[in-house]
Amino acid sequence: MLKIHDLKAEIDGKEILKGINLEINAGEVHAIMGPNGSGKSTLSMVLAGNPAYQVNGGSVEFCGKDLLDMAPEIRSHEGLFLGFQYPVEIPGVSMVNFMRAAINAKRKYFGLPPMSATDFLKMMREKRSIVELDNKLASRSVNEGFSGGEKKRNEIFQMAVLEPKLAILDETDSGLDIDALRIVANGVNKLKSSNNATIVITHYQRLLDYIKPDFVHILYKGKIVMTGGPDLALELEEKGYDWIRQQADNE
Amino acid sequence: MNALTQYIELYRKNSDLVNKGSSSVMNRLRREALDMIESTVLPKKGSENYETIDLNALLEPDYGINLARIDIDVNPKAPFRCGIPNLTPSIFFLENDIYREIKDARKNFPEGLYVGSLRNFCDEYPEVAARYYGKIADIRNPLVALNTLLVQDGIVIWAGKNVEVDFPIQIVSILENGMPLMALRRLLVIAEEGASLKILTCDHTQTEKMNFLNLQTIEVIAGEGATVRICEMEESTEQTVRLSSMYVSQAQSSDVSAVGITLYNGVTRNEYNCNFTGKDSSLRLAGMAIEDKKRVIDTYSEVVHAFPGCHTDELFKYVVDDEATATFNGMIKVLKGADKTEAYQNNRNIIGNEGARVYSKPRLEIYDDDVKCSHGSAIGQLDQKQIFYMRTRGLSEEQAVFLLKQAFMSDVIDLISLPDFRQRLHTLVERRFAGKDRNCSSCRSNCLGDD
Repeated sequence: MLKIHDLKAEIDGKEILKGINLEINAGEVHAIMGPNGSGKSTLSMVLAGNPAYQVNGGSVEFCGKDLLDMAPEIRSHEGLFLGFQYPVEIPGVSMVNFMRAAINAKRKYFGLPPMSATDFLKMMREKRSIVELDNKLASRSVNEGFSGGEKKRNEIFQMAVLEPKLAILDETDSGLDIDALRIVANGVNKLKSSNNATIVITHYQRLLDYIKPDFVHILYKGKIVMTGGPDLALELEEKGYDWIRQQADNE
Repeated sequence: MNALTQYIELYRKNSDLVNKGSSSVMNRLRREALDMIESTVLPKKGSENYETIDLNALLEPDYGINLARIDIDVNPKAPFRCGIPNLTPSIFFLENDIYREIKDARKNFPEGLYVGSLRNFCDEYPEVAARYYGKIADIRNPLVALNTLLVQDGIVIWAGKNVEVDFPIQIVSILENGMPLMALRRLLVIAEEGASLKILTCDHTQTEKMNFLNLQTIEVIAGEGATVRICEMEESTEQTVRLSSMYVSQAQSSDVSAVGITLYNGVTRNEYNCNFTGKDSSLRLAGMAIEDKKRVIDTYSEVVHAFPGCHTDELFKYVVDDEATATFNGMIKVLKGADKTEAYQNNRNIIGNEGARVYSKPRLEIYDDDVKCSHGSAIGQLDQKQIFYMRTRGLSEEQAVFLLKQAFMSDVIDLISLPDFRQRLHTLVERRFAGKDRNCSSCRSNCLGDD
């Protein structure tokens, strides 16, 4: 589904990604962990197509197509979703209008007519229940005045609406209390299938108790320095990142 | 150059004609207006409060003035396009500057409410008219002086003591002529003690590619405990100049709001001059303008707090693209003794490209210690983070910008106290940003929604 080959990227003239290699297949859950500043969020931004980041080399193939060649909205239509670490507030744009625009943009891309109002509302209702999101939140402006937990639930709600092939969840666990974490993780698990894949970016093993990864990658100084199974996350939790740093810096 | 000279000459030659077409209450003020104009020099562009607008240049062209009150055939159907679903306002018209009314416009009028021709009102109620007409508009303002000198009619809305009008009174003002024309308009709003009024004014220019100047003076007098809500909407053309001076006087515990919506215009100057004459009153001034091409919006506001416990809230928002210009010039004065004043002033602008210009000058002068005041101004571009976020959900950049611009205007629109009109306005703003400005030949707003 996703093949990242030797990906290099910078922001404001500073190289952050220094050659990432990663392959993800349908049905898999990958966790990316790593210390602060290792490039985790940069990787997610580059994959989603944030124009503030500049790609300096390498390639990314998504479902057989050149991902880096696509505008962010095309990546979305093609099935890539980014759950933001810091969801953006958009005062004056209601969640309902936002989602309707998103859904219909995608339908238009695939040559379909806009969704009928009834179907749309029915779908919104169904998807909301996945993350136990209040009806009131849907009628409010996008993320405006939402608590930290509500914002993250809202990200998973949008993911549910857009039904991506590949979801990248960037520190979805940050700022969540235990209950919110459980709701968010349950939401992600409900959306999991053999046809889609998930990249979970996190600092802590805690989230991985709820969302079981098939692979754990450790990102350090812009490169994946170690890959393992779920046990690697546990090992990290126990030992911290220092042993990774030492090992990587010695090489 | 003094553009006023031609008007002085015009008046001198035609004073009998002017007086004949009007009422003695209005005629009485012309002498003073003439003296004022003769002794005044129009403020130069760049001078204080006229930083970006050149009154000489705007008043200089040779506009026709309909002093003889000749009927000009204005298409009577078009104004009805301004009807708003679910809203059955009483509609009154100014065709250029000639007053018109339709049958049944006063159908549901409560006793104590008078709406009609200002000239007739002055004849019917000379004492009331003399008490209010020209009393708060400052004749030292050259725009007011010129209006007072030449204006012959207008509209009066008068709600007597404790008369609460729960439906909106709509005034549709149309510019339509085969030659360049100056319309002299006057609106007098009187809400006596305990009265309440909702007013919606819609300015339309129907003749494309024709130069018009709309010179209007608005006086709003709110008595003790009175409530007045005015929403002014302009949908004119690039060749229309609107010079509007609004004066507001508020007695104790009154509540006034004036919201100006500029959807399409040419050159517009909206002046607001507001005074409290008693304590514990509240004033809301707001405006939004969508400016592109070479359009100009210039807002000037001056609010004086001389009594304690009054509250002013100002919010003006502009989206400026192409080579358009927007100016906000705001002044709030809090005089000594105006304890517990709360006054806020806010001007926000989105500037679309390098050719567009925004000038913002929010000012507070505070001479009292016990007040809460703030002013703010921002000129910027749309937030790239918001645009990117929306794009990751599948919206194109264009769509994201479109939604964000609409959203930017939404808090001004939400200040309007007519829910159905508010809803309509959201749609009109959406259409405006979508560039659908040529769908309907007679009316830019495409009010009825038929494409």
